[in-house]
Amino acid sequence: MNGAGGRPGRDDAPDRLYTLTGGRSRAGADSPFDLVTLVVAECDPVPGMQSEHAAILRMTERPTAVVEIAAELRLPVGITKILLTDLLDAGRVSARHPRQEALPDPEILEQVLVGLRNL
Amino acid sequence: MDSATSRASAPLGASADNGLKIVIVGGFGVGKTTMVRSVSEIRPLNTEETMTQAGAAVDDLTGVHAKTTTTVAFDFGRITLDARNVLYLFGAPGQERFWFLWDRLFQGTLGAVVLVDTRRIDDSWYAIDRLERHGTPFVVALNDFGGPDFAPAQIREALDLDPHVPLLRCDARSRESAKEVLITLVEHVYARYAAGAADPARPTQELV
Repeated sequence: MNGAGGRPGRDDAPDRLYTLTGGRSRAGADSPFDLVTLVVAECDPVPGMQSEHAAILRMTERPTAVVEIAAELRLPVGITKILLTDLLDAGRVSARHPRQEALPDPEILEQVLVGLRNL
Repeated sequence: MDSATSRASAPLGASADNGLKIVIVGGFGVGKTTMVRSVSEIRPLNTEETMTQAGAAVDDLTGVHAKTTTTVAFDFGRITLDARNVLYLFGAPGQERFWFLWDRLFQGTLGAVVLVDTRRIDDSWYAIDRLERHGTPFVVALNDFGGPDFAPAQIREALDLDPHVPLLRCDARSRESAKEVLITLVEHVYARYAAGAADPARPTQELV
């Protein structure tokens, strides 16, 4: 895995993470965001915006998965979800959640197979 | 292992709207990241999730409760399947301490690849047991490290593997081989759900 010092989320003082989220430490089990929810910016960054929020808006000009946003921000997934929830609540991003059902949709599975075979 | 530090290129198309997950699980050094890299359209990225689990009271008099914080780091890559579907591949550790995160992190996963090093078969028992309990469809892929060349039946027996679970050899460094593993998994999922879980008498899949 990564050497020491490679990851702010792990190595920075916890204070930084605390400040980022206003002290909230959990996205909660009811977070609407999945690891692979695709996030799309609905507006441009504005001056004075929290820098992480601005960074998210810049990187989600095209659909971008939650896990990619976390990796790029170098923040744990849970913290990233909190930031995303703020932006979603403010209408600044939209979320395309995975079409999850109890059982996989055969039509989707066929599309996956076609896509993989075409690689 | 690589530590990705900058934005992967290749943004998704504007119409992408359905993220799918496949998890590659296995012991340390078994080739999870290698397999992700073989088929991913982006350089594998790394991120982590931290979870806190309330534990049992350690001191009844003070009411202090222990909390266990677990941090799991995982690699992932991406395959754009078509204009709407995007498949994310996650390389996840197989150790015991990882599994309480499974539901939270990998809920809704299409299925899993258990990557096995035949020199360390025992490392895979726990992962297979947990996947079976979770009801997650999976295939077992033997990454070729030049280890002992066991017969498939021996591997099945060593892993106590259900006869319906596909078992195949692979070379995690090879794009074609990694592709074949993923296709085998999705075909297995398809057979299990689409052709009817009602048919328990499906033939054993021997792909080795």
